[in-house]
Amino acid sequence: MNVPLRVFIQEVKRRSGLAALAFLIAAAPLPLSAQKDSCVDCHLQLDGELKAPAEGFSSDVHKQFGLSCKDCHGGNPNQEDVELAKDRTFKGSPERAKIPEFCGSCHADSNYIRRFNPNLRVDQLSLYWTSRHGLLLKKGDSRGAVCTDCHGVHGILPANFPKSQVFAWNIPQTCGRCHSKADLMSAYGIPVGQVDDYKQSVHARALFEKKDLSAPVCNDCHGNHGAAPPEVTSIAFVCRQCHPSAGDLFSKSPHKEAFDGLGVSECEACHGNHRIQSPSDEFLAGGREDVCVQCHDAGTEPYKTGLEIKKLIDEFVASSSADEELLKSAERKGVEVGEAQFKLQDGKTALVLARNLTHGLSRSEIETSLTEGRKALTEVQARGRAALQEAKFRRSGLVVATAFIILLAVGLYLKIRDLQKTSAPK
Amino acid sequence: MARLWEKIRDYLEPRFLLSAVRDLAGKKKVPEHKRSFWYFFGGICLFLFLIQVMTGILLMLYYTPSVDAAHESVQFIMAQVKFGWLIRSVHSWTANILIGVIFVHMFSAFFLKAYRPPRELTWITGFLLLVLFLAFGFSGYLLPWNELSFFATRVGTDIAGVIPVVGKGLKTFILGGPEVSGATLTRFFWLHVGILPAIAVLIMGIHVLLVQTLGMSKPIGVTVTKEISFFPDFVLKDSLGWLIILAAVGAVCVFLPWEAGPKADPFASTPLGIKPEWYFTFMFTTLKLVPAHIFSVEGEVLAVLGFMLGGFLLLLVPLLDRRAAREKRSPVFTAVGLAVVVYIVVMTALTYLAPNIGK
Amino acid sequence: MKRRTFVNLFLGGSLLGTVISFLYPVIRYLIPPRQAEAAAKRILAAKAGELAPNSAKFFRFGSTAAVLVNTSEGQLRAFSAVCTHLTCTVRYEADTGTLFCPCHNGRFDLAGNVISGPPPRPLEAYEVEVSGSDIYVSRKT
Repeated sequence: MNVPLRVFIQEVKRRSGLAALAFLIAAAPLPLSAQKDSCVDCHLQLDGELKAPAEGFSSDVHKQFGLSCKDCHGGNPNQEDVELAKDRTFKGSPERAKIPEFCGSCHADSNYIRRFNPNLRVDQLSLYWTSRHGLLLKKGDSRGAVCTDCHGVHGILPANFPKSQVFAWNIPQTCGRCHSKADLMSAYGIPVGQVDDYKQSVHARALFEKKDLSAPVCNDCHGNHGAAPPEVTSIAFVCRQCHPSAGDLFSKSPHKEAFDGLGVSECEACHGNHRIQSPSDEFLAGGREDVCVQCHDAGTEPYKTGLEIKKLIDEFVASSSADEELLKSAERKGVEVGEAQFKLQDGKTALVLARNLTHGLSRSEIETSLTEGRKALTEVQARGRAALQEAKFRRSGLVVATAFIILLAVGLYLKIRDLQKTSAPK
Repeated sequence: MARLWEKIRDYLEPRFLLSAVRDLAGKKKVPEHKRSFWYFFGGICLFLFLIQVMTGILLMLYYTPSVDAAHESVQFIMAQVKFGWLIRSVHSWTANILIGVIFVHMFSAFFLKAYRPPRELTWITGFLLLVLFLAFGFSGYLLPWNELSFFATRVGTDIAGVIPVVGKGLKTFILGGPEVSGATLTRFFWLHVGILPAIAVLIMGIHVLLVQTLGMSKPIGVTVTKEISFFPDFVLKDSLGWLIILAAVGAVCVFLPWEAGPKADPFASTPLGIKPEWYFTFMFTTLKLVPAHIFSVEGEVLAVLGFMLGGFLLLLVPLLDRRAAREKRSPVFTAVGLAVVVYIVVMTALTYLAPNIGK
Repeated sequence: MKRRTFVNLFLGGSLLGTVISFLYPVIRYLIPPRQAEAAAKRILAAKAGELAPNSAKFFRFGSTAAVLVNTSEGQLRAFSAVCTHLTCTVRYEADTGTLFCPCHNGRFDLAGNVISGPPPRPLEAYEVEVSGSDIYVSRKT
């Protein structure tokens, strides 16, 4: 039953009581679930670019709040005739440069947004104008990203929904749509390797492989709507959000003053920015990926301290591995070493702490931490040795028991022969 | 030393009428011929059973049959209890060796047609003992409550549930509920240390009594009359075999101690390649290979019924083999037996060599 | 020495040796080990009065590290001490009354919830049971 909304309401008002109820029930399925929306109905019958908005809108977050085409584009969805539908309020699709204001007409209006989600921020537009993308737009260059480039359009999903273009693990791809294209970036002198670099980083591995949503993506360091590369002096603050202990240690070390004085970005100088790898002991002085040598010449005091620090850590790693091997060998021989392996964890924790302490550059602190760890390792070693002793004991016990068994077997054999000899003559 | 022995003997003599026993024992003779080597296997089964009882009793001292503590108690035995690793490994290894030796013993008796009259009941009690010991193996396997045993039990009882009419009820009875749980663990423990040992001792008593009463069967057509006395000659030779096995078990336990394995997690998904203990694998692989439907009957049901029928026929072999009863060679039965052995060996081997065949 | 006597002695001696090499392990087995019971689902973590308010004790629970905290109000709480971020062992910080992970500064409140930092999940909480002067910790069912 295809009843125009106005008529339907008139009829319900006229009829009353049970009749109205009956009418409601009979008419309910159609009008209540598909309120007349001529925009959607009409556009669904078109092709290609004109059909896409209507199709995509069914999964759009705005629809869940009861909004529809007219709430953004204006017009009258009750009118079937296309000319009448595009009435005075009809805004049509905005041109690219006007999109931020277009979205902002609602999303920057806190009174309006409060009706739907009081918790939702309304400063995106103002932030946007401070971003590199916004600044470009202000200058008249509309090639910079606008709202729809990142959030999509006619099918926008909430940012915390895993399929959304702006959900954590989709963000590198979304930013990469422009930032990996050399032809787009060359006009601005922006390099295009960031996304590829990021994908090889430890942060990307945490995000994509371990599904750790606390791992940073583009917006965590660059900002969302106010996106801009952090200033050199800000990089360190950005990293410190998640790595404060390393940051504190660094700030207390002689490096802080030196780096700031030279205008060198703190964390980035040794760890890089996009292609941040899992740091290894080889970063230390004398290692294969020595970062100290960037500023310190071999033979200088600082470099020598660095070498000492690496030596301390290498020694600890060596004894830890040796002890682990000891336990594995005991285990292979069949002795249970669960308790010792648990103790080994303490050693590993001490190593993690010591490695973090390298940011503080204090040899004495590192030594103290490793000494703590060594206590655990000593116990592990003792247990490992005891386990190997146990394995030896078992084998020698076996030898003894088997020897007695063999002797007994020989004795039995002799007895049998003896008995046979005595019974034979009969 | 000899004086002491004499004194003890003189004390016990009138009280136990030892001389009567000694006379009887002295009279017993065992035939000796080309195939008499197979006579030892029954005694080896008995010896291994005694080892299981002793190590089992020792394990009961530290084992707890509860879901919260079973696995932990086994780990405790392996790690903390002095020689716990040895007692437990002996128990696990001997269980497997025992079942293997039972099969050898049974097939040697089959091929030597030792089931001929008057030894039919020896065979029947023997077959019952095979079934009992398979039940021992199945129930004992769950007790450490590790991943392998949990899922092997689940797979095994699922197969039992397939039997038409009684399957569902049987499965619920065995499991103590709809699925493998703490109730299953206590029930299997009850079976393993209470019910099965009691029945086994009873039936084993009958079996050994029959063997002692009737003496060893000579294969058809063997005419040599050479005999050795049971006591002390045969017993001493028996003991020699037992000692060799003891030494072998000890060596295996030192170099290949049994693992505790990861604790069972009923909510985890079944690990890939799960299979029951080796002595059930020939049935397991048969079920995997059987087509889903044969003449509109479910393949699995047919296979399970087939095994039950096969077992039943094996049980009744003394009554079926008429020719052997008349002391005539019965090549048909020998051939069928050979086929069964080959089938079991091939199916077992396939389980390990081609683990991905079948569904 | 007669052959018979030698054989008997030899047999007897080796029998004795064999029996002893079997009895020795069995007797050692029967003697109770130092740790009396298997580490079960429930462990005696501390004695009453052992922990002052606003302090914590770390212990092993099964195969993982665990912590028993006595809050400043005198309440006993127990948690897994394994940080849910990258499995470092957390510490108790008395001045903030929180459990703190030094690896990446993850912080948990005394309900196990994440207050700040990268940990994605709260710390697993355990049951604390005081029985007389014994404080037992067990896994929540």
